[in-house]
Amino acid sequence: MKPAPFAYHRPTTLDATLRLLAELAPQEGRVLAGGQSLAPMMAFRLARPAHLIDINAVAGLNGLAVRERGLRVGAGVRHAEFHRPVVDGPLGVMLASIVRHIAHYPIRMRGTFCGSLAHADPAAEWCVVAVTLDAELVAVGIKGERVIPAAGFFRGPMETTLEPDELLCEARLPLLPDDTRFGFAEFSRRAGDYAQAMALAVLHLEGTLITAARVGLGGVEAVPRRVAAAETILEGEVPGAEAFNAAAAAAAAAIEPLQDPQTDAQYRRELTHAMVYRALMRACPPPGAQR
Amino acid sequence: MSERVEVTLSINGRDYPLRLEPRRTLLDAIRDECGLTGTHMGCEHGVCGACTVLLDGQPIRACLMFAVQAEGAAIRTIEGLAAGDALNPVQRAFIAHHGVQCGFCTPGFLMLATGVLARDPDISDDELREVLSSNLCRCTGYQNIVTAVRAALAELRGGAA
Repeated sequence: MKPAPFAYHRPTTLDATLRLLAELAPQEGRVLAGGQSLAPMMAFRLARPAHLIDINAVAGLNGLAVRERGLRVGAGVRHAEFHRPVVDGPLGVMLASIVRHIAHYPIRMRGTFCGSLAHADPAAEWCVVAVTLDAELVAVGIKGERVIPAAGFFRGPMETTLEPDELLCEARLPLLPDDTRFGFAEFSRRAGDYAQAMALAVLHLEGTLITAARVGLGGVEAVPRRVAAAETILEGEVPGAEAFNAAAAAAAAAIEPLQDPQTDAQYRRELTHAMVYRALMRACPPPGAQR
Repeated sequence: MSERVEVTLSINGRDYPLRLEPRRTLLDAIRDECGLTGTHMGCEHGVCGACTVLLDGQPIRACLMFAVQAEGAAIRTIEGLAAGDALNPVQRAFIAHHGVQCGFCTPGFLMLATGVLARDPDISDDELREVLSSNLCRCTGYQNIVTAVRAALAELRGGAA
């Protein structure tokens, strides 16, 4: 339960960080941000980095600002920042409602938004947000900067298209128009546990009909993703139990379920169905229902 | 064994100059190097919350941080809650409402509650219950812990304790 030995580096500039990363990544070097996933993995010796490059003292990574119709979240921004809406409109409210599902309060004090994306746990809430909203993820290395669309970022459990010598320095989330409706639903046996399934639904109504529906899933497959099969079914439909059930069934049928001792494939499909249905119902509650 | 590094931790207003391996967690350093054993070691992987301390006022898991990272931060542990013989409001409330059974989780809960009430005195009751689910009490004495923290919050807001 004690981490293996490592050398500790605490750069204060992004340049120095990227140089260290280029030098040390080939020698089992890793970035340390909030450490709320990496430290336990090191305690279990599932991770044994030879070098840790701590980015907590790096200047300029704590940005959280709106630019060019997007919310830019720097690599140093911690989960707890989202406890209250960080931006006006539906996006701020959405992030504030979802952050409550991430682990527990003291973990949210340290863990970071970008660290969660780079760690790429299939059951991570921010990963689902990133893919559902088609976020842009900015990776930097000594060779330069590139912008990776969220749909092309996650490759497998704890695996991304980030190069070992790249730092995920910023995530860009599109602002959502005021008439955006969203709903999020997650199932875990105890508050704060890893989710066994979660769904995020984002849509608009044109008149009385659904348009621009997005349905994202997490914790059910190796990577979080939008489910086109469910989104297509919703397009042009009247919101309500019938359409939502059809979309939920399509999502449940479309997945390649993760399996673990708690959750076999069939159960995970059923949870997926239930979470998609609930997320949609929360996005468009029936008249008179409490949202 | 990796090379030892020099770190000064500021705990409860006192500086502790230390020489330790980077892999030593803040929890290890507080207990073994500084001798402040009021912070308890439970799971060592961030689940139980027994090691909760305040880092610049924020309740955090001391087992999920390396001691070298805490250089320059103001750390507060259970030993730093009371002012002399005067217990802090959360400590008094835990006594008054019997928020303690075996006592193993108590330091973590006291630090968690003290930190949250100071940071967020307008916290809703639902949020407060959610926050208190952060730490494990294996005696399952949660109800009295919730009652005690509510009472401390009421006192803090100037209402009836």
